[in-house]
Amino acid sequence: MIVALVLLPLTAGALAFFLRSDGLRRGLLVATALAHSGLTVAAWLRRPLAELGGWLELDDLELLILAVTSLLFLVAAVYAVGYLRREGRDQREDYTEGFLFVNAPEATFTGCLLLFLGAMTLVIGAQHFGLMWVAVEGTTLASAPLIHFHRHHRSLEAAWKYLVICSVGIAIALLGNFFLVVATSALDDQLGGLTVRALAEHAGQLDPTWLRAAFLLLLVGYGTKMGLAPLHTWLPDAHSEAPSVVSALLSGALLNCAFLAILRLHGVCVAAGQAAFSANLLVGFGLVSMGFAAVFIVGQRDYKRMLAYSSVEHMGIAALGVGLGGAAGFGALLHVVNHSLTKGMLFLIAGNVLAAYRTRSSAEVTGLLRALPASGLLWLAGFLAVTGSPPFGPFLSEFTILRGGLAAQRPVIAVVYLVLLLLVFVGMAMIVPGMAHGETNVARRREPWLAVVPPACLGIGVLILGVYVPRPLADAITRALGALGLS
Amino acid sequence: MNDWIDAAIALVVLGNLSLLGTSRLVACIRILALQGLLLGLLPLFFHADDLTLRVVLQVTASTISKGIVFPWLLTRAVRGADERREVAPVVGYTPSLLIGGALLGLALWLGGRLPLPGDAESEFLVAVALNTTMVGLFLIIARRMAITQVLGYLAMENGITTFGLVFAEREPLLVEMGIFLDAFMAVFVMGLMVYNINREFRHLDTERLSNLTD
Repeated sequence: MIVALVLLPLTAGALAFFLRSDGLRRGLLVATALAHSGLTVAAWLRRPLAELGGWLELDDLELLILAVTSLLFLVAAVYAVGYLRREGRDQREDYTEGFLFVNAPEATFTGCLLLFLGAMTLVIGAQHFGLMWVAVEGTTLASAPLIHFHRHHRSLEAAWKYLVICSVGIAIALLGNFFLVVATSALDDQLGGLTVRALAEHAGQLDPTWLRAAFLLLLVGYGTKMGLAPLHTWLPDAHSEAPSVVSALLSGALLNCAFLAILRLHGVCVAAGQAAFSANLLVGFGLVSMGFAAVFIVGQRDYKRMLAYSSVEHMGIAALGVGLGGAAGFGALLHVVNHSLTKGMLFLIAGNVLAAYRTRSSAEVTGLLRALPASGLLWLAGFLAVTGSPPFGPFLSEFTILRGGLAAQRPVIAVVYLVLLLLVFVGMAMIVPGMAHGETNVARRREPWLAVVPPACLGIGVLILGVYVPRPLADAITRALGALGLS
Repeated sequence: MNDWIDAAIALVVLGNLSLLGTSRLVACIRILALQGLLLGLLPLFFHADDLTLRVVLQVTASTISKGIVFPWLLTRAVRGADERREVAPVVGYTPSLLIGGALLGLALWLGGRLPLPGDAESEFLVAVALNTTMVGLFLIIARRMAITQVLGYLAMENGITTFGLVFAEREPLLVEMGIFLDAFMAVFVMGLMVYNINREFRHLDTERLSNLTD
């Protein structure tokens, strides 16, 4: 079952490279996304058994992230059909600099998109630290061509930065994995593989110094991928240059996968009695990320970069919440779900705005509500959601983290957290409402449903999560925290 | 046996320093190739008593790719790109060397703080692996051209793979995947990108890749 979940998108991805008909390929994309979601639902209903000798297993935490990833991919796939129809194959003019460029072949785009889903599913299912590392590397290699979809020098620059920075991060994570192997030296052959479960069971016999060093390296390595400051520098460039569908997936799905990898080793550290060390590092990186994001969001002129920095902020919030533990841990995992849905919606809407206004400068976009009423409305709702205003989901999760921080007797951290949240709110409030209101000379047009319905679905999800957290979700988060030793 | 190891380690450290002080690209590639060979062969000395076929194969794959194939490909890329054949430093050579000395000190200190459980015949190996990794990281930051960033990445890889081959033998699959993915796939994709950058910008200077800022 888990093998099928991984192999399905990989096979479809390989097939997409060879299909010649655009219609067939788009159909394959949506069909694969549907099948993947179907399998995910089946996995929720009936927990699949561990496979490949425990190397692949879906536990509560994994199922949670898998559900978010699969849902987001389905929505993005439907949106991508409309997007690819709009794009076409002809030479087009660049919005900002006016030169002509062509897109990468659509087969490459669809193929890489599906391979990307396969690699992410493997990260989620992998319980073996080595296999997880391989899968994370796979996500980098599969997604770099996606960023370079519009073939011009800016997207090439973004893809190069993404590739180099993430490869360096992954290399550091490999060293961390080797350190982890050294940390298990005392165990000889009892361990039976570098799996999360085996390490947690034998945590008492791990060498603490090497384990700490391994955690630090993995945090830095996968943190690069997750977008934790100051290692986030690839993120704004990649998000601003990649097609909006890809940005939505990078931000809503990929960052979670990297976070999951860090969470697993955090769980091992907790079991080994090194919880204070790893938790404090998470809190520190979390606050620094929020700080960086706040500084760059205030006065940001490019709305896609603004969304990218907002991702840095929200990953920081999630790391902070897990680091604080207790109720804040619950808030953090809930926040991961909320952030994915919200950011997915916002990036898809940003794609609509970009297509209509042909500019990424927030100052040049006005009167969204007049020109694109549906997108304008969703853009405003998304702004409220992403800044943590009620009645949307992120409000609930951010508030839970605040309460958890206070309950954990960390008032200073709670205050800094609150101030940074406010700063980001102010920064985004200076940008987004100005884009929605006012006059515009962009003609009002009928928006295709493929461009509006997918993000609207995500928006409804965020709204529901703000009013009511479904029982299975809350239970899954509680059990996941229990498995990590954080409850 | 230990003398050989020490001699090889000393050569690798010297190589690291000369990587930082060399201006010519082709010379950098040669130093890296030599380093790749030396570091690639080290595991043979460490596993001399319990040499398995698997270790031999890993060592062969790593040495051939890092000592021969990559240097050859990179030399071709440098010659093919019709441009200055110097490394275009952001940080000058003398400061680079000073920083290299500091990094060596840091690596030795860290190596001392991380004593290996078990046999201790390799007190400097942790330090030299860390040092090579750090120098690679520094080269990525402090040299301008896309191709020198690939060189820095390879140096990093040299350090990390050596550590893995010597100390992480108990998870052989991890080591193999590391060699395969990091060395082959990443360098391959990076090579493709360098080719694209070269075509798009007619040179390999990443300083011109600087349109995306805040």
